[in-house]
Amino acid sequence: MAWVWLHRFGSPPYFYRVATLLTPWFGWAAALLCAAGLIGGLVLAPPDYQQGEGFRILYVHVPNAWLSLSTYVVMAVSAFVGLVWRINVAHAVAASCAAIGASFTAVALATGMLWGRPMWGTYWEWDPRLTSELLLLFLYLGYMGLRNAIDDTGRADRASAVLAIVGVVNVPIIHYSVIWWNSLHQAPSVMKFGKPTMATSMLVPLLLMWAGFTALFVALLLIRARGEVLRRERNARWTVDVVGATQEAA
Amino acid sequence: MSTQRLGFADAARGLVARDLRLALRRSGDTLQPLGFFLVVTTLFPLALDPELSRLRDIAPAALWVGALLSSLLALDRLFREDAQDGTLEQLALSGWPFAGLLLAKTAVHWLMTGLPLVVIAPLAATALGAPYAAMPGILASLLLGTVALSLIGAVGAGLTMSLSRNGSLLALLVLPLAVPVLIFGARATALAIAGEPLGGPLYLLAALAVLGATLAPWALAAAVRIGLE
Repeated sequence: MAWVWLHRFGSPPYFYRVATLLTPWFGWAAALLCAAGLIGGLVLAPPDYQQGEGFRILYVHVPNAWLSLSTYVVMAVSAFVGLVWRINVAHAVAASCAAIGASFTAVALATGMLWGRPMWGTYWEWDPRLTSELLLLFLYLGYMGLRNAIDDTGRADRASAVLAIVGVVNVPIIHYSVIWWNSLHQAPSVMKFGKPTMATSMLVPLLLMWAGFTALFVALLLIRARGEVLRRERNARWTVDVVGATQEAA
Repeated sequence: MSTQRLGFADAARGLVARDLRLALRRSGDTLQPLGFFLVVTTLFPLALDPELSRLRDIAPAALWVGALLSSLLALDRLFREDAQDGTLEQLALSGWPFAGLLLAKTAVHWLMTGLPLVVIAPLAATALGAPYAAMPGILASLLLGTVALSLIGAVGAGLTMSLSRNGSLLALLVLPLAVPVLIFGARATALAIAGEPLGGPLYLLAALAVLGATLAPWALAAAVRIGLE
């Protein structure tokens, strides 16, 4: 009974309708939460006593870094669902995750490097977190490359699903091997975020930004998944109905 | 049903014998990655400078990057021909555990590319200034590392076997996944050259090899089945 509700999401028209309904909610939530977080983080929060104003980049960096990893997990889980239960919509969601996750990873890397310039005195430090973020970017690129290389959508779905699952098993191994490698090579980095004793005035904006970016991720995912579902179902009758109706309305 | 009377062990043994015979008949192809490995490790002294004390510092990097790249070079052929002539299809339909048969194929692949690399590695290591006492450590780390590399690489080869142009894609898929092997292997080699105990990274390499042998066959079977569709 509960399963019927879940199974309906496997139906492309139903998924498309629900996704269309939900997109503006998540989009506006993302805009409001990020605006609040940015005001809190860039204006209201006091400068850090060690890092000065430079620490404020973490309000963009940390949500991106966090989402870069969880996007990969979302991608692998929906790929797994698609592979095991042969649900096309789940594959469409997985396919939509890749580019979003790669962008989060790239932004996290870029902001990490910008932060490193004043803090470490160099754009690139072989810091374990930055290094594993870079390897995560390669994993995303490999996933997208495999998907691009296979012409048949169904086979691209299943092959890239296997790759995503292999990747998600490997991500913790890669992460800890990089930490282990780094701790042998150099002294711990100058300073770290994520101290448990973060001041409330700094922490609240960060949580707002995190919530805002998560909402942004969902909104982007829904938009991309809608496009992906439409592309896959381009010959179906409901697609013609939906697209025709939107064109008339516009 | 007639095939079922033959046990899985017999089937795997037959497959191993066939693959070994094929690889030995084409010894030129089989030896290519070895030549590549030697050439790559020779490039490092040429690009740096021939002073042995400095070469010793980069010897682990040269050996492991060389091993990684030469294992990649050999991967492309692992399933391609058997996929094209229908051998893999027959194996998938045979009723024996497909993951087990593919593990047997991967084992032959390791025997023909990984093991020879381990055997000639002392040559390259000596040329890079590694002391004689370091050889057991280098051999042990390469032995475990090449097993893990073959298993990881086989999954990548299975995913890309039906694609016409896959050279750089295979590298992009496999190399990030092989990073832990590179880290632990190079570390074990560096410790061996420095004459320090290298148990830690060796155990971790062994753990990677065991984990690969346990999980990779399932991913490999799924990947090859998809490639056969």
